[in-house]
Amino acid sequence: MSELRPELAAIAGMIRPGTRVLDVGCGDGALLDHLVHNKGVDGRGIEISQQNVNACVARGLSVVQGDADTDLGEYPAGVFDAVILSQTIQATEKPAKVLKDMLRIGNRVAVSLPNFGYWKVRASLLMHGRMPRTRTLDQTWYDTPNIHLCTLADFIGLTQEVGAMISEAHTLDDAGHTRRIRPGTVTGGFFGPNLMAPGAIFLIKQGSARPD
Amino acid sequence: MAQDPRFTRPVTAHEADKGQALTFDTLPLDCGRALTPVTVAYITHGTLNADKSNAVLICHALTGDQFVASTNPVTGKPGWWISLIGPGKPIDTDRFFVICANVIGGCMGSTGPADLDPATGKPYGLTFPLITIRDMVRAQKLLVDALGIRKLFAVVGGSMGGMQVLQWAASYPESVRAAIPIACAARHSAQNIALHEVGRQAIMADPEWKNGDYANQGTFPSKGLAVARMAAHITYLSEAALQRKFGRNLQNRASLSFQFAPDFQIESYLHYQGASFVDRFDANSYLYITRAMDYFDLAEEHDGKLADVFRGSPTRFCIIAFSSDWLFPPAENKIVAHALNAVAGNVSFVEIKSDKGHDAFLLDEPEMFAAVDGFIDAAAREAGIP
Repeated sequence: MSELRPELAAIAGMIRPGTRVLDVGCGDGALLDHLVHNKGVDGRGIEISQQNVNACVARGLSVVQGDADTDLGEYPAGVFDAVILSQTIQATEKPAKVLKDMLRIGNRVAVSLPNFGYWKVRASLLMHGRMPRTRTLDQTWYDTPNIHLCTLADFIGLTQEVGAMISEAHTLDDAGHTRRIRPGTVTGGFFGPNLMAPGAIFLIKQGSARPD
Repeated sequence: MAQDPRFTRPVTAHEADKGQALTFDTLPLDCGRALTPVTVAYITHGTLNADKSNAVLICHALTGDQFVASTNPVTGKPGWWISLIGPGKPIDTDRFFVICANVIGGCMGSTGPADLDPATGKPYGLTFPLITIRDMVRAQKLLVDALGIRKLFAVVGGSMGGMQVLQWAASYPESVRAAIPIACAARHSAQNIALHEVGRQAIMADPEWKNGDYANQGTFPSKGLAVARMAAHITYLSEAALQRKFGRNLQNRASLSFQFAPDFQIESYLHYQGASFVDRFDANSYLYITRAMDYFDLAEEHDGKLADVFRGSPTRFCIIAFSSDWLFPPAENKIVAHALNAVAGNVSFVEIKSDKGHDAFLLDEPEMFAAVDGFIDAAAREAGIP
C-alpha cells in the first residue's frame, strides 16, 4: 500500500481505532482504505465522481456516489464516531449546512481546507491583481470547483456560528507537512497561521466545552 | 430427490445441461392461496465448499431463466450472464457455488400457469394463483434450505432479479451476507405498471389467448405476446442507443416502400425480438410475472418507510444503476441507498455511465464488472472464502 500523504496521515491520527467513520468526498478511497485496513475502522464514504466511486468499490470500500450538499441529510444523527471532510468544504454549495450536517451525523468532525489568507495568496492578489493561483489552489477562477474559499479565521468564525468548538488543529506547510498547534493560536498574532499556513486541519465537535 | 425439469417450450439443444428440479409439498402465497405441490427448477455451477459458505444465488429478470452461465436447452443460446459469471469472471465459478432458479410462475421448469393443475389434471391457465416477488423468493428459500445452505454468500440480480435481491435481504436478512441489486427499485413505478399493462392487454387482445385457456384449446397467442415483447423491448434500450444502432436506416431497401411492411431497421429488429420470444416464452407466464413486478413495493409492509425494511440489516449492499436506464432510473436505485444510509446500513452505490439503457446490466460494461469484482472480493475476504 502506498503511504498516505502527511495531511491524510494527520487526519488518520484523529480517528479512533475500531470506530465507525464517514469520509465525505473520499476521492479514490486512499484514506478510507488506510483506516479500514490499519485501524479496523467501519468506514463509509461519499464521493461525487463516478470514476472514484468505482475505484473505491473495486478496492472493497463501502462508498455511495453522491454529493455532500444533497446526501448528508439522509444520514441519521450520531451514528458515526467521526466524519471526515478533506479538502472539500470550499467546493460545497452550502458550507454551513454541510458542516452542521456533519456535526449532527458524527460525534467529531475532521476538516482540512486550504487557507485563502496565506501570505502567498494575499501577495499574489496584491501584486498581480488577479485571482491567485498557488500550489494548493492551482486552477483558474472560471475552472475551479472551489466556489467557497475562505481563510482559516473565516472557517473558525463559521465553526463558532454553527455552535461548534475546535478540539485539535494542525497547520499544513507548502511541502504538505503538518504541525500540531494549539487551537487558540490559529488566529493569534499577525504572523500566526492565518497568514503563514497554506492550509490547516481541524478536529471539531459540537458545543463549547474545554478542548480535549 | 432432484428430478429432471419439465420445460413448457420445446427443447432445441438436447446436449445442453438441463439442470434439475426439486418438488416441495406446498408453498403458501401472499394472495392467500398455496401452490401444492410446487416445483423449483434450477441449475448450479461450481462446488459448494465444506462449510457451505460460498453459495451465490443469481435471480433472473422478467423473461430470464436459470440458464445464466450455460447453454439454454430451449434456445440453444449461451447463458444470459456469461459476461459476469463463469470461471475467472467477477462471479467466479471456480470460487463460488452459483445457483440460479427459474422463478415460480415461469415456464422453464418451475411451477407456472402452463403446468398441470393436480386438482384438475389440466393446465392451470388463469386458475393459477397471482404471485408476488416475495412468493418467488419464498420458493427460492425452500430450494436454498433443501441444498443445506443456511447463509448465502451473495444474492445478485438485475431488474426483476434486483427486486428479488432486495426482497431476500428484507425477508431473510440473516441468510444474505452480500447483496447486489442492479438496475432496479424498491417499488414498481406508475410508468412501469402502465408499460406492463400495455403488454398484458396486447396478449389478452389476441383471439388465440382464449381467456388464458389456450393450452386446453390448442392455440397460442403468439401475436399478442410478440407485441408485448416488442413494446417492452423498447423500454430496455435508450433513445441514444436506438439512434446509434439503427438511426433511420432502411432494411434491405433503398427507398421507402409506401406500405406498412417494415421499412426501417428498427422495425425489423423489433419484429425479430417479438418472433424469437414467442418460441421460448409462455404468454400466461408473461401476465403473471409482470403482475408480480407491479405488486412489488418493499416498503408497504413497513407503512411506506423503506428505511425500516433495512433497520439492523447485517447485509452488505452494492447497488448499481445505469445513467441511461429510464425503466429503473439511477434516482430510483438511489432511494434504496438512501434508505440504507438512514439506518447506517453498509451500502455502496455506483452509477455507471452508459447509453445502453436498462439492458446495460446484461451487456459488456467493464465498470460494472470492476464494481462487482471489488465488492465480491472484499466480502469474500471478510467471510474468509479463499
